Amino acid sequence: MDWVNKHLQIVPINTFIDPIFPVENAIITHAHADHAKPGHKNVLATKHTIKIMKIRYGENCANNFQELSFNSPLNINGVKVTFFPAGHILGSAQVLLEYQKDKINFTGDFKITKDDTCENFRPVTCDTLVTEATFGLPIFQHPDPEVEINKLINSLKNFSNRPHLIGVYALGKAQRLIKLLRNKGYDETIFIHGALEKICDYYVQSGINLGNLSKALIKGEKKDFNGKIILAPPSALKSTWSRRFIDPILSHASGWMSVKQRAKQSLVELPLLISDHADWNELTSNINNSLAKNILVTHGREEALVHWCKKRGLKASALSIQGRDDSGEEI
Amino acid sequence: MKEFSQLINQLILTRSRNRKIELLNHYFKNTENPDRGLALAILTGNLKIKNISISKIKELIKKEFDPELFDLSYDYVGDLAETIALIWPYKQKGKVPKLNFIIDELESSSTTNITKLIKKYLSIFSENERWAFIKLLSGGLRIGVSTRLTKLSLIHNTTIEISEIEQIWHGVVPPYNKLFNWIFGKGAKPEIEVEKVFHPLMLAHPIEKKDFNNLKPEEFLAEWKWDGIRVQLVLFKSKIRIFSRTGDDISHTFPEIQNNENDLVVLDGELLVGNDFTPLKFNKLQQRLNRKKVSKVHLENFPAFVKLYDILFLKNRDLRNLGFSKRREILLDWHDKVQNKFFDLSEVVKFKTWAELTNIKSKKLNKSEHEGLMIKRKNSAYISGRPKGHWYKWKNEPLVVDAIMMYAQRGHGKRSSYYSDFTFGLWDQNNIVPICKAYFGFSNEELEILDKFVRGNTINKFGPVREVEKKFVVEIAFDSVDFSKRHKSGVALRFPRIKRLRRDKPINEVINIDLFKENFIAS
Repeated sequence: MDWVNKHLQIVPINTFIDPIFPVENAIITHAHADHAKPGHKNVLATKHTIKIMKIRYGENCANNFQELSFNSPLNINGVKVTFFPAGHILGSAQVLLEYQKDKINFTGDFKITKDDTCENFRPVTCDTLVTEATFGLPIFQHPDPEVEINKLINSLKNFSNRPHLIGVYALGKAQRLIKLLRNKGYDETIFIHGALEKICDYYVQSGINLGNLSKALIKGEKKDFNGKIILAPPSALKSTWSRRFIDPILSHASGWMSVKQRAKQSLVELPLLISDHADWNELTSNINNSLAKNILVTHGREEALVHWCKKRGLKASALSIQGRDDSGEEI
Repeated sequence: MKEFSQLINQLILTRSRNRKIELLNHYFKNTENPDRGLALAILTGNLKIKNISISKIKELIKKEFDPELFDLSYDYVGDLAETIALIWPYKQKGKVPKLNFIIDELESSSTTNITKLIKKYLSIFSENERWAFIKLLSGGLRIGVSTRLTKLSLIHNTTIEISEIEQIWHGVVPPYNKLFNWIFGKGAKPEIEVEKVFHPLMLAHPIEKKDFNNLKPEEFLAEWKWDGIRVQLVLFKSKIRIFSRTGDDISHTFPEIQNNENDLVVLDGELLVGNDFTPLKFNKLQQRLNRKKVSKVHLENFPAFVKLYDILFLKNRDLRNLGFSKRREILLDWHDKVQNKFFDLSEVVKFKTWAELTNIKSKKLNKSEHEGLMIKRKNSAYISGRPKGHWYKWKNEPLVVDAIMMYAQRGHGKRSSYYSDFTFGLWDQNNIVPICKAYFGFSNEELEILDKFVRGNTINKFGPVREVEKKFVVEIAFDSVDFSKRHKSGVALRFPRIKRLRRDKPINEVINIDLFKENFIAS
């Protein structure tokens, strides 16, 4: 497998996957900030990824964009590139590379659990699997998101005099949480922080109905937010912005919330275990289903996953990728 | 069990003190005896399940689960109960019993049966119940609820004072049926047997420079703060019970201390070791603590005695409402009369002005048997707990040394995601030799810096321990240091903590171990 190196560079075509520094040719798996950086010369990605990159970084954040649809192979100087849905956020792709007789699949960030706000994950078989490991420990077993949504809806009933301020990542998590609530029949206005607006609009334009959304501005009285849901990026929960809400219940929708002590540290009272990443069971079942004999782990808690693979006779090692360290929050 | 696990799950995620009190109070009001009493015992650390230990729990889980994956998970989570709750691999059908039934079953199980029982329960329980269950087994909840807060929640919305609870607390036992009946208006206040129980100690606040301006010296008495262990002595019918400051009965550790008096007497004092009432260093006393058997050599070389500070009961009279100077007179009389060779009086340090006292203190600075001075208000009653404005402790300034960070480990409880437990060392020729571990003293901001440094500068991993590049210097404060055969460096520091981060300081300016010994250990 010497044609792809540990910087995730595809050597024969001098192309990098999700490079964190500006390069000549980049394949971008999805539009989250630690995978999609501005300043590349040529970008190959799905339609949604390109659109969202342009919304976030501006129309000219790369010199050339080339769209590639799912399941339609593209031949670049002998390397066949195919995108498959990764089920992580809108537009997120796995990248299958075929060169000579070798098949390598890059999962990018992925989840297998069904999600009505993006193209759902498709299993891919390959010789070498390059997998993420954000939740690569057996303690991470995400519950059914419906259970978590019920928790939220119950809390709204029990604490109808307190605003429910939920930390969500602006791209993907926010829209998924809204959609899950709508699917449960919650049809009240959901308030959003300004940082969520553009991406929500884009999801709606793309045909994902999110119901009635409103910016969380103070027009009437502060207590108008009581018993209501307000979504904001996690960083805003502790900022001055959040002072407009009286005695809010702080919540955070994230896979990290499974560890109570972590939730407590971040002052979260209502942890919602909703993740856009594969949990331990999905990570391991995907390794099995891929039929790959060689496993490379890109980022997250690599050690445990590598150990798990080796115990099953698979070749496995960790790629430590700069810019995605283990202290970071889920994105 | 369902209700209890729900309660502690809510408590760990609740920030507001008042809401915690309300949650607890609601639980106690709406739960029946004996379940609520068992919950109270768990919350206050008064329920110990015998035949099970933390190491046995770890052994059990490692038989059910890949040990390496368990270790990695435990290292990440930093809480045993939570780790097991999250990874427990299989489920069985079964009804979740009441707390009372579970505890009965555990307590009547033999060492061999108990692991089977624990496995059964772990398989029946939900994740939250598993978490609560392991906490119950291992003791120490770490959910941000103190014993004090729990007691306050008991009397929430009643006319009972917290001091009333404190006075009887050590005289009541789980499941506390009588206590609950009294609190909720269904019975009389529980009677306690004064001669059998521990009466919570009165504690002091550290004094600060600015305090002296507001305190009149003539209203206070000063005495030395002896460097031993604080004890309460309960004398009755020629017997003696010795309690530690937390109320543990440690009588068996000091069998030589005898009492021939028939009367009930409750005393407060400092237990020390040495001959002729001359205290030896704390590390000599330490050798006698936490031992199951008392060795003859120890008895001969390090005999125990008590410096008496105070008297709480004499015959059937509760003296705690008298002023301190009055109690001291009674103590003096009693001490003169009984002539017990194990009891010495703590001497009063005479002074007229704060300046004079400061002078006396500074002259004594290097006498290591004193930790500093105690300053007590003459007319203060003996109030359990740490009441404000009555007793002050004026500790000696700590010693300090700059040392180099060598290893780090993740913390537990509220620090579980951070590298917060460190080992520090000094030069020993061209090597660095560890002198102490320290895991507190820093601010939250400093912890962020330390944690980031560890993550970015790891050169080796030994299980959960990370060895770091030797370039981070920290100022360590400590109370004293002595020779020790148990440590590679040959020294043991007492109460080491991080005082300041010294990122400005190059490691070659850190002193070597020989110089350290020379400077800090008086020969």
